[in-house]
Amino acid sequence: MRAIGLALRQLKYEERSFRRNPAAAFFTIAFPLIFLVILNVIFGGGEIDTGERVISGATFYVPAIAALTVVNSCYTSVAMSWVFNRDQGVLKRIRGAPLPAWAFLFGRIAYTVILMIVLTVIVVAFGRIFYDVDIPGTTLPAVLVTLAVGAFAFCALGLAVASLVPNADAAPAVVNASILPLLFISDVFIPPDAGTPAWVEHVSSIFPVRHLSEALQTGFNPFETGAGFEPVHLGVIAAWGVAGLIVTLRFSSWEPRV
Amino acid sequence: MGEAVIEVRGLRKRYGELEAVRGVDLRIERGEVFALLGPNGAGKTTTVEILEGHRDRSAGDVSVLGYDPGRHEVALKERTGVVLQQTGLEPYLTVAETVDMFRGYYPRPLPLDEILEVVGLKEQRDQRVRRLSGGQQRRLDVAVGLAGDPELLFLDEPTTGFDPTARRGAWAMIRNLRELGKTVLLTTHYLDEAQALADRVAIMVRGEIVAEDTPAGLVAADADAVIRFRAPEGAAVPENLGFGEREDGLMEARTTDLTRDLHTLTSWALDEGVVLEDLTVSRLSLEDVFLRLTDEDEDESEEAS
Repeated sequence: MRAIGLALRQLKYEERSFRRNPAAAFFTIAFPLIFLVILNVIFGGGEIDTGERVISGATFYVPAIAALTVVNSCYTSVAMSWVFNRDQGVLKRIRGAPLPAWAFLFGRIAYTVILMIVLTVIVVAFGRIFYDVDIPGTTLPAVLVTLAVGAFAFCALGLAVASLVPNADAAPAVVNASILPLLFISDVFIPPDAGTPAWVEHVSSIFPVRHLSEALQTGFNPFETGAGFEPVHLGVIAAWGVAGLIVTLRFSSWEPRV
Repeated sequence: MGEAVIEVRGLRKRYGELEAVRGVDLRIERGEVFALLGPNGAGKTTTVEILEGHRDRSAGDVSVLGYDPGRHEVALKERTGVVLQQTGLEPYLTVAETVDMFRGYYPRPLPLDEILEVVGLKEQRDQRVRRLSGGQQRRLDVAVGLAGDPELLFLDEPTTGFDPTARRGAWAMIRNLRELGKTVLLTTHYLDEAQALADRVAIMVRGEIVAEDTPAGLVAADADAVIRFRAPEGAAVPENLGFGEREDGLMEARTTDLTRDLHTLTSWALDEGVVLEDLTVSRLSLEDVFLRLTDEDEDESEEAS
């Protein structure tokens, strides 16, 4: 019971640290909206043929940016903050205190996921207000499940890459180089009818980003008649999450690397 | 003998080819301030980090408050405080929030005001951590180490990088800890720090403890004093006193019987009509002992290689 109290208490300090750094907080919130606006300006004017259906550019970009939000909030920021905190000795210090490791991790991850949900809601609301994009109705449970599976997988992958990155100086390079190309080839930044060669799509199908964006596209599709669940996509994302978890458990460290 | 808080036998730590700790024995009793002293790379931090549970050991028996720190038991962490060399605190929280966050991890924390009083950060309680000076951040490190009212506190080089005023302040703080009855294991490479604070000192060189005693005992075990003077050209200094000439031209001898040797020297000078220029008599400092111990070790290893 005490450990659960401690875990919840960690959330409070995570939130406080976030709030006390207004510049970082502002751009964390603005980041997905900036992409939503820019991509809509460049590619969103006409209609986009996703291969299965033809939808407006904005209807494509709201779920695409929701996928970006999951990737950015979970994978990128978890990996960066873990490596930076490890190098600064924050993790080592926590390890020396009688706080269970899972309680610390819970605070960190739960705050990340809460932030991700808030950002996603902001993106969807922004899309509704400015681009008249439909909010998921019958497919809402599918969207929530997709977000949950995505949050698990990308947080686990963030921790996994953090455990492989040697130090804070290397973190931005490794994290960005591992995720930005995937965002470009996985129907997040660039719409699927932009003439992407088939082999590129085969490559991107191996990785979880494409599966996340496609599952969210289904959930946000106004013409979707079913519940909108995409078990294959969810399965691939979850499998990556499990792999990330295994790498994390095997290689993660709380000590600065020498 | 009092109750042992830390007991170490035959501790070894190997990093690949390098053996950083080569068979260390230690016994630290309740209420002691114990200093582990040595040059950089002697294995001090490795030894202490094994005791803290931050590192695994290669061999040996370690007991801290009756626990094996290698098992990472919460019950042990609740009774010890650790002040690492690295700060690692959230920069955007205030001093009071930071200490409170850590207090919350322990079942019986010290009151916040008492902690801030001991470390001298009462005035800074509502300042953000990132706005503190280096010395104040180090005090906050100690405050965090004290949060759980530990019986045993590890202080790893608590004053490295301090200016002299800040060091005196930190020393006063460590003396406060002794008043509170804490057992303190201090590592330092400042000899005056060990001399000023520690009840007992162990000197570690190349992974081994080469001497262990009270600061006074370490000094007394060696020669009592050093006599130095400048001899005029061609003067035949009495050989039985063991004087040798230093690089700067001063004659120097160590003595265990200062009164007799000084008498012999001055009698000789009067008889011969020699003026003992720049004559000084000084007690050995811990530094002299330390330098001799570390030099000896280097001589041995040079001979060996």
